[in-house]
Amino acid sequence: MKKPFTAAIVATSLLFAMGTMATAAEKLASLRGTHDIEGSSLKVSKKKLISQEGGFERSYKKQPPLIPHKIEKYRITLKNNGCLKCHSKKNHKKEKAPMVGESHFLTRDGKKLDHVSTRRWFCNQCHAPQLNAKPLVENEFVGLK
Amino acid sequence: MTSTQKKSTFTILLVGIVLGILLWGGFNWTLELTNTEQFCISCHEMRDTPYQELQETIHFTNRTGVRATCPDCHVPREWIYKIIRKIKATNELYHHFIAKDVDTPEKFEAHRLELAKHVWKTMKETDSRECRNCHDFNSMDFDRQETRAADRHDEAIDKGYTCIDCHKGISHHLPEGYDPGADAPGGDDDEGDDAE
Ligand code: HEC
Ligand code: HEC
Ligand code: HEC
Ligand code: HEC
Ligand code: HEC
Ligand code: HEC
Repeated sequence: MKKPFTAAIVATSLLFAMGTMATAAEKLASLRGTHDIEGSSLKVSKKKLISQEGGFERSYKKQPPLIPHKIEKYRITLKNNGCLKCHSKKNHKKEKAPMVGESHFLTRDGKKLDHVSTRRWFCNQCHAPQLNAKPLVENEFVGLK
Repeated sequence: MTSTQKKSTFTILLVGIVLGILLWGGFNWTLELTNTEQFCISCHEMRDTPYQELQETIHFTNRTGVRATCPDCHVPREWIYKIIRKIKATNELYHHFIAKDVDTPEKFEAHRLELAKHVWKTMKETDSRECRNCHDFNSMDFDRQETRAADRHDEAIDKGYTCIDCHKGISHHLPEGYDPGADAPGGDDDEGDDAE
C-alpha cells in the first residue's frame, strides 16, 4: 500500500510549490500592473488599422515603408499574392499604387528578374500596417530626416 | 352534352387544376429547398472547400450582420435565370455522383482554376448581377470609402467596369495559376486588360 502514500506526498509538495509561486507573483509589478493573475484579463480596447493617405514618413533611407492601408483582405500564399494585385509592375499604374521597390526583383546574387523575387514574396515579413495605439512605454526615437 | 358528360368534364378539369397546383407548388417548393446554403453544403465538395473559405470573409460575419450565402452570389433571383441556373446545376450532380472528379480537396484544387473561370465568365456576362442584388454604386457613399476604393469606383462607373473585374477572390481563395498581379482593368495603358 505504498501508492496512496506517495501520491499524498506529491500532492502536498505541489500545493506548497503553488503557494510560493502565488506569493512571488503578487510582488511582481509588470506592464500588466497590479491586475490579479487569477482574474480574467482586462478587456483590450479594440483598435483599427489606420489608413494614412500619402503613406507614412520613413525613418531612414532603406526602411521598408509602413503599410498605410488595411490588409486583412489580402492573402499571400504559395499560389498567389494578393498584394501584387496593386503593387505589381503591370498593375500599379492602373491601381494608382506605388510599385514594389526595384530591390524586390533582385535575387540573392543581384540578378534582376522580371517578377518579384522569392526573397520578397512574403511582404508582411518586412512591411507592417499600423494601429492607432498609445505606446506602452515612452519612446523618444526621432527618425533620420 | 348530357349531364354525366358535363360532370366528367368538370371532374377532369378539377383534377387537372388540383394536380397543377400540387405540381406547381412542389416545383416551387423544390426550387426554394434547393436554394439554401444548407442544401449547397450537403455535398462535401461544396462544404470542404468553398464553405470553409467563405467563413473567413466579410460576407460571413460583419459589423452589420448581413450574411451572403451561396445562392445569394451563385443563383440568380429572377425566376427565368434561376431556372436556367438550376438546369445547368444538373451538371454538378453528374460530377458529384458519376465523374467524381473534384471529390477530394486535392482534386478540387486541381480543378479550381477551371471552375473559377466559369464563375468569372458568368459574372462578367451578367455585369455581376448577383453582387448588385445587394451592392449598388448609387448607394455607396464614396466619401466614407478609402480613397483607394472611391477612385477606382469612380473610374468603374465612367468606363463601365463590373465588380468581378476588380474583386476576384473575395469569398474563396484564388486558384493556383491565376496571377492577381497581371489582372486589373483600365488605367492609361490598356495592356494587360482582362488578362485571365
Ligand atoms: C487594392 C489595391 C492595393 C492592395 C491589394 C494593396 N495595396 Fe498597398 N497600397 C495601395 C495604394 C493605392 C497605396 C498608396 C496609398 C497612399 O499613398 O495613399 C499603397 C501603399 C502601400 C505601401 C506604402 C508605400 C510607401 O512608399 O509608403 C506599402 C508598404 C504597401 N502598400 C504594402 C502592401 C502590402 C504588403 C499589401 C498586401 C498585404 C498591399 N499593399 C496591398 C494599394 C494596394
Ligand atoms: C525582405 C524585406 C522585404 C520584403 C519581403 C518586401 N519588401 Fe517591400 N520594401 C522593402 C524595403 C527595404 C523597401 C525600401 C527600399 C526599396 O525601395 O527597395 C521596400 C519598398 C517597398 C515599396 C515602396 C517602393 C517605393 O518606390 O516607394 C512598396 C510599395 C513595397 N516595398 C511593397 C512590397 C510588397 C507588395 C511586397 C510583397 C510582394 C514587399 N514589398 C516585400 C523590404 C521588403
Ligand atoms: C450534388 C452535390 C452538389 C450540390 C448539392 C451543390 N454542388 Fe456545386 N458543385 C458540385 C460539383 C461536383 C461541382 C464541380 C462540377 C464540375 O466539375 O464541373 C460543383 C461546382 C460548383 C460551382 C462551380 C461552377 C461551374 O460552373 O463550374 C459553383 C459556383 C457551385 N458548385 C455552387 C453551388 C451552389 C450555390 C449550390 C447550392 C445552390 C451547390 N453548388 C450545390 C456539387 C454540388
Ligand atoms: C446578400 C448580399 C450580398 C451579396 C449578394 C454580395 N455582397 Fe458584398 N457585402 C455584403 C455585406 C453585408 C458586406 C459587409 C458590409 C459591412 O459590414 O461592411 C459586403 C462587403 C463587401 C466588400 C467589402 C469587403 C471588405 O473587406 O471591406 C466587397 C469588396 C464586396 N462585398 C464585394 C461583393 C461582390 C464582388 C459580390 C458579388 C460576387 C458581392 N459582394 C455580393 C453583402 C453582399
Ligand atoms: C476598377 C476596379 C473596381 C471595380 C470595377 C469595383 N471595385 Fe470595389 N473596390 C475597388 C478597390 C481598389 C477597393 C479598395 C481596396 C480593396 O477593397 O481591396 C474597393 C473596395 C470596395 C468595397 C469596400 C469599400 C470600403 O470602404 O470598405 C466594396 C463594398 C466594393 N468595393 C464593392 C464593389 C462592387 C459591389 C462593385 C460592382 C458594382 C465594385 N466594387 C466594383 C475597386 C473596384
Ligand atoms: C459574396 C459572394 C459569394 C458567396 C457568398 C459565395 N461565393 Fe462562391 N464564388 C464567388 C466568386 C466571385 C467566385 C469566382 C472565383 C473567385 O473570384 O474566387 C466563386 C467561385 C466558386 C466556386 C468555383 C471554385 C472556386 O473556388 O473558385 C465554387 C465551387 C463556389 N464558388 C461555391 C460556393 C459555395 C458552396 C458557397 C457557399 C458556401 C459560395 N460559393 C458562396 C462568390 C461567392
